[in-house]
Amino acid sequence: MSISALPSNDGQELTIQIQGRFDFSAHQEFRDAYERVNLTPKRYVVDLKAATYLDSSALGMLLLLRDHAGGDHARISLVNCNPDVRKILSISNFEQLFQIG
Amino acid sequence: MPTRLSILIAEDNAADRMLLSTIVNRQGHRALTASNGLEAVMLFEQERPQLVLMDALMPVMDGFEAARRIKACAGESLVPIIFLTSLTESEALVRCLEAGDDFLAKPYNRVILEAKIRAMDRLRRLQDTVMRQRDLIAKHNEHLLTEQRVAKAVFDKVAHSGCLNAPNIRYLQSPFALFNGDLLLAAFKPSGGMHVLLGDFTGHGLPAAIGAMPLAEVFYGMTAKGFSMAEILREMNAKLKRILPVGVFCCATLLNLSFQRRVVEVWNGGLPDGYLYHTATGERTALVSRHLPLGVLESASFNDHYEVHPLALGDRLFLFSDGVLETCDRDGQLFGEERLQAVFEGQHPAERLFDEIQLALTAFRGEAQDDVSMIELSLIEEVGLTRPALAFSDSGLSSPLDWSASFEFRAQTLKRFNPLPFLLQLLLEVQGLRAQGGALYTVLAELYSNALEHGVLGLDSALKCNAEGFARYYQQRATRLAALEDGYVRFHLELVPQADGGRLRVRVEDSGCGFDVAGALDCTQLSAGLSGRGLRLVRQLTQHCEWSADGRGVSVEFCWSAQA
Repeated sequence: MSISALPSNDGQELTIQIQGRFDFSAHQEFRDAYERVNLTPKRYVVDLKAATYLDSSALGMLLLLRDHAGGDHARISLVNCNPDVRKILSISNFEQLFQIG
Repeated sequence: MPTRLSILIAEDNAADRMLLSTIVNRQGHRALTASNGLEAVMLFEQERPQLVLMDALMPVMDGFEAARRIKACAGESLVPIIFLTSLTESEALVRCLEAGDDFLAKPYNRVILEAKIRAMDRLRRLQDTVMRQRDLIAKHNEHLLTEQRVAKAVFDKVAHSGCLNAPNIRYLQSPFALFNGDLLLAAFKPSGGMHVLLGDFTGHGLPAAIGAMPLAEVFYGMTAKGFSMAEILREMNAKLKRILPVGVFCCATLLNLSFQRRVVEVWNGGLPDGYLYHTATGERTALVSRHLPLGVLESASFNDHYEVHPLALGDRLFLFSDGVLETCDRDGQLFGEERLQAVFEGQHPAERLFDEIQLALTAFRGEAQDDVSMIELSLIEEVGLTRPALAFSDSGLSSPLDWSASFEFRAQTLKRFNPLPFLLQLLLEVQGLRAQGGALYTVLAELYSNALEHGVLGLDSALKCNAEGFARYYQQRATRLAALEDGYVRFHLELVPQADGGRLRVRVEDSGCGFDVAGALDCTQLSAGLSGRGLRLVRQLTQHCEWSADGRGVSVEFCWSAQA
């Protein structure tokens, strides 16, 4: 599992890429990805292309990111979800809180 | 500064013994000497030295046997043994390493011996540290387990005050379910139906248990007081949102099963599909998650909309935690939706389904399940259920008996507020009525929903003639209630003491345009459909029941005697 954070050139958007299993063991690394950047992006993109698995702790971590990014005003999209990941997001009805693409 | 060690030297050659002692002493350690293996073992038992220099070949007992005994005597603590040997063939040196920890070839080199003693001392201290840490971990672990046992005992008292043992319920839950985050609650409602909750907290262990406690309290407390499913959901969500850190929440399905009305209300936030299995046709309806889990949304954005499904006798409801679908086989494959569907498709008799699912899981995984929660509820005749007596917190000695009160609940209130728990609390202050609490609640609930749905909202119960109409009826109810601007439901309560007890008269009026009383009553005599059970029930449960001629009011009476 590895997580990387890539700011866009204009600093308006932060893309967090997740590889492998997205579960409790990713907790600290995921937080670091958005807390330890010296910019205040307007938008966040969580790229799940290389994520093989996502559990309810990962859902909790996404909620933490949402809280960090301004709660109801946060603009976060979850992109490149594979069918398994998408299924979990849809059972939890997270499309009500995140843009899922 | 290196530790001063006591070092046992076992050597049959006196000159060598002397030489070794000198080297050891000069290095700052204390030397004990023995001239054969047996002496060495005895000296070890007395003095417990920390390191041994052992000649391999000695009279009386050789070094290998002495080393074996010393190791056995030392137990878990490491007493390094360095063999002293003039043997050179590799087989013999291997033997030294097997019986001891290192060897030193004769003739002795002082520098090497000193270095070996230091190296062995490092090893010895490392072993010491590992042992101390192991004991500490074991102690902490035992402490943690004790705490969990206590927490579980407390939790079981809270969580198992319910009716999971009712004859229409079967469930499967691991013994330490609380600590894998799963929660299963069931309770009778005062009106006779049943609330059931399957919950799955993020994470596991104590954080999950801490959220589960208040959730169970709200569930049981509010159910017992007659609050509706929507109100309980709102309260549970608000409470969890308030107390849980962001990122911790509870995926849950709440069911409201009504035996009399033969319907189930379903709210699913974040759990996998449950199923309603229609026994007559073998068809099943998925109970799909349509909401965010409990504890995520602020109260203002929380959505308490639920689905209503009609039930027939013998129909079954199944709920699963995600542990069921995520059960793994030896190759890491998931049990998954399709295998679960296959069990339902398997032409089993309805009453075997629960066992068949369990069997399929066991066959798939090859051992007992320990992180799986599932529950089956069936719709049975209500007479088959024995209900526990309602529990009250006071002795019932103070019992008001001679009063009347009137309430008018108007549109803005009807939209959001359920007056029944409020009225019921008031009436149950009257001790004589407590024995009839269930009937009282059922009658008030029926009269209130008639007044609201048919009177104030003008809904036509003829809609409820089939399952589709049934769903439409509840859609219309929600739409009309949301748009409601005026209208009222009035309750007039009157309590009168009587020679050997008392009498309660309840009059309910609404702002609707009334209904054809005679027609409706005739109709309920005949109909076995999805509507009309309410009126029949009210007449069965009250001592006296009378509709006003215009169909806009009804009055019922409950009597009791002091001995009851």
